[in-house]
Amino acid sequence: MSDELERILRQASRPQRPAPDPRLRVPPLVKGGLPLDGGPTLSLETDVKPAASPAAGSVPKPHFPASKPVELSAAVSSPPTPAARPSQVQPADATAYLLRTVGLYKSYRKGSIVIPVLMGVELTVREGEFLAIVGQSGSGKSTLLHLLGTLDAPDRGEVHFQGHRIDNLPAPSRDILRNRHIGMIFQFYHLLPELNALENVLVPLMIANGVWTFFSRRKQLRNRAAEVLQSVGLGHRLKHKPRELSGGEMQRAAIARALVAQPELLLADEPTGNLDKRTGQEIIALLRNLNQRQGLTIVMVTHDQYIAGQADRVVRLVEGRIEQ
Amino acid sequence: MYKLLLCWRYLRTRYIALASIVSVMLGVATLIVVNAVMAGFRREMEDRIHGVLADLSLESRSLNGMPDADWHMEQIRKVAGDQIEAMTPTVVVPGMMFFFCRGNWITREVIVIGIDADTQADVSALAQYLNHPDNRRKLSFDLREGGYDLRDHQAGPEAPLRPQMAEAGWQHRRRTAAARALEERLMRMERQLQSGYSAPNHADHQAPLPRTGAVEDNWGEAPQPAERQVHYVAPSSSATEPDFANLGLAATPPTQDPFASRSNHDAQQGTTFDPASQQHTGAIVGIGLISYRDAEGMDQFLCLPGDDVKLVIPNVAMPPQAISDEFTIVDLYESKMSEYDAKFVFVPIRRLQELRGMIDPTTGVGMVNSIQIKLKAGADPAQVRDKLRAAFSPMLYHASTWRDKQNALLAAVQVETAILNVLLFLIIAVAGFGILAIFFMIVVEKTRDIGVLKALGAPAGGVMGIFLSYGLLLGLVGSGVGLVLGLVLVKYINQIADFLGWLTGRPVFDPQVYYFYKIPAIVNPWTVSWIVAGAIVIAVTASVLPAWRAARLHPVEALRYE
Ligand SMILES: Nc1ncnc2c1ncn2[C@@H]1O[C@H](COP(=O)(O)OP(=O)(O)OP(=O)(O)O)[C@@H](O)[C@H]1O
Ligand SMILES: [Mg+2]
Repeated sequence: MSDELERILRQASRPQRPAPDPRLRVPPLVKGGLPLDGGPTLSLETDVKPAASPAAGSVPKPHFPASKPVELSAAVSSPPTPAARPSQVQPADATAYLLRTVGLYKSYRKGSIVIPVLMGVELTVREGEFLAIVGQSGSGKSTLLHLLGTLDAPDRGEVHFQGHRIDNLPAPSRDILRNRHIGMIFQFYHLLPELNALENVLVPLMIANGVWTFFSRRKQLRNRAAEVLQSVGLGHRLKHKPRELSGGEMQRAAIARALVAQPELLLADEPTGNLDKRTGQEIIALLRNLNQRQGLTIVMVTHDQYIAGQADRVVRLVEGRIEQ
Repeated sequence: MYKLLLCWRYLRTRYIALASIVSVMLGVATLIVVNAVMAGFRREMEDRIHGVLADLSLESRSLNGMPDADWHMEQIRKVAGDQIEAMTPTVVVPGMMFFFCRGNWITREVIVIGIDADTQADVSALAQYLNHPDNRRKLSFDLREGGYDLRDHQAGPEAPLRPQMAEAGWQHRRRTAAARALEERLMRMERQLQSGYSAPNHADHQAPLPRTGAVEDNWGEAPQPAERQVHYVAPSSSATEPDFANLGLAATPPTQDPFASRSNHDAQQGTTFDPASQQHTGAIVGIGLISYRDAEGMDQFLCLPGDDVKLVIPNVAMPPQAISDEFTIVDLYESKMSEYDAKFVFVPIRRLQELRGMIDPTTGVGMVNSIQIKLKAGADPAQVRDKLRAAFSPMLYHASTWRDKQNALLAAVQVETAILNVLLFLIIAVAGFGILAIFFMIVVEKTRDIGVLKALGAPAGGVMGIFLSYGLLLGLVGSGVGLVLGLVLVKYINQIADFLGWLTGRPVFDPQVYYFYKIPAIVNPWTVSWIVAGAIVIAVTASVLPAWRAARLHPVEALRYE
């Protein structure tokens, strides 16, 4: 346990992530500067590549484009069916799982009344997988997601990330984990109202860097944030405050914020819950695309069957357990 | 970085925070002004006290004093010679002063101080409080021809004019002497008329003392040196019955010089004192003894340098007897310590010793009450005082520093300043509680954002940092603006006081009450930095609790918060 912790800590406290571990498949955020040109560009109109399999681990994740903004409106055309995806591949090696839970229990106490929410959740998320968790309101989906994102600790059970147990890490390590390895988006976007879109996206980078490092790499980091915003289709709204953005635009900004530090895992809590069908579909298409183009692992909570149907795999949370 | 960005944004978007900035600002500004004014008053007061008093004094407990000043000075030098710059003996004795003004004798209770004109200046800055510029340079007990300051030289050009001082000096003395002589003559002529044709052969020498000396006789019970007797006519108090004694004198032809008549008169008594050309022993009197300040702040003088006063003091006999003598005011003493200005009369020490009988007839050595000591720069008065206390029996001698003498006053000012500071810091503390309340509100309002920041990996310390730097920023801005405001207020304090006086119709700073014409203010950089630092500390302290609360917020609960 202690060497596990040490590894995470060592990994997490590196200012730049060189990602020597092939499993990570994440190119360093900055290594000799961000590629501004020449790198493969992200476009939803290009052919949909199959989700990266564990075998493709050594293939580096494409960089975010610097010049070409993503055209999302055209991407809503044909959501692929879950069956078409190679989600059924069951890797034998345990380390191929990006995320795994072992018998998660969580209950809330209100005085003497105990409200059991999760009762032995067993969940496995492969690398590069797009997983949807559905369930009734109050079934504990958000609770589970918070446990996965180390925002909360389970009563019992374990959460493993990249083969390391993360649910019992000390707070600073969990902070670093959330900052750089796990991105999160929410139903209500949760952008900071005082900051404009660009600054909102910069927040994780500001958290990751101290004042001086941030200042010395200010230009680079701003470019990076602008690039990510551009890739989610918000390149023209950098200076807008959240209240000047539509719901869909806010969610895009939130996605950009979640992705700016190039996490391995994106946790999405009802990302379309507050959006109309069409806008929601655009967001899902964006997530789908990120998943396919960059091999981003996504765990999405929703209670919309149609939305869930576009994921690689759908699991159902019923009475505190996962039903396949 | 996000800390700074967010706290800056919170500062800019939440104007309620300005309320706490304003209260911090006002607190800091008030503290600066109050401290500057109090420091100004204290400095002014200390300067005055120190200017009047020597660094250190060794006093005899007995009013009759210690026998040999030189011997004592030698002893003092033996004890602490390396720290002593200069010494001067003084005789201090309580007394009464009488002077004549517009037909009335005015009586004052005074402290008569005999000083040595040559060495006094080495010991204390007494001279700098004198009115005549030449006396400030070199103290002299001789009446000056004129040239007394028309304005308070310490106050500068804003001090109101003292037009009466233009006459002071010999010219005033001559004029007064002439007027009195004339008056006397008129009086005699009147009496002559009243007495009609009384026999001119009525004995001229029947009364050795003319009737006009009656006033002096009333109080001068002590034996007076005859040659110092001067006889002025008090217009109304003089006898109304015919005075035959003066008939012969009054019968002198009117064309004759009045001064001549005067000298004749004196000559009759065997003296040749001529008030128009001669002065009595010089005396420097406190300005408060002979003047008052009117409603406009103008000083009105009851008498001037050149006028004569009578001093009554006890001699060294047991029981003491009252001695009286006549002195001529040669200058005014204005230390602006009303306590001193309305009490002190300085006369030459030798004359005072003579009058009191303090001079040993065989050796000619005079007794003194106290020895004033000036210390070398850097010497600690308290330390030398303790040495003197050890060397001179406290049963007979009392050694004290200038601070000791006015300890009550100085301590009172110090306590006042301290209390004011505490009260004003309470104002800033109130501002601190305002910050506390506002911050709690902001933390509650920002609960969800705090949850988001934590979800994005912000450590608890970082979240705390947002609010701590917010508090720091409020403190910095508040005390910064307060500092500037305070310094500006101090700089223009007199203009502001004038304006307020004009606005309210009554002077804020009444020169009748204070001896200064303007409010003294000293900005002490140390005090100012303490105030600013204190305000910032209070602001930060007030933000600790809300910040800590924000840091402790559970991310999930914060995210669920609506
Ligand atoms: N702090 C809490 N104290 C007590 N009960 C809680 C607390 N937080 C959540 N619960 C309960 O836990 C259960 C699961 O909540 P959770 O938010 O995870 O559900 P959900 O599946 O996300 O619902 P929805 O689809 O509406 O978002 C609910 O019954 C809720 O009442
Ligand atoms: Mg939920």
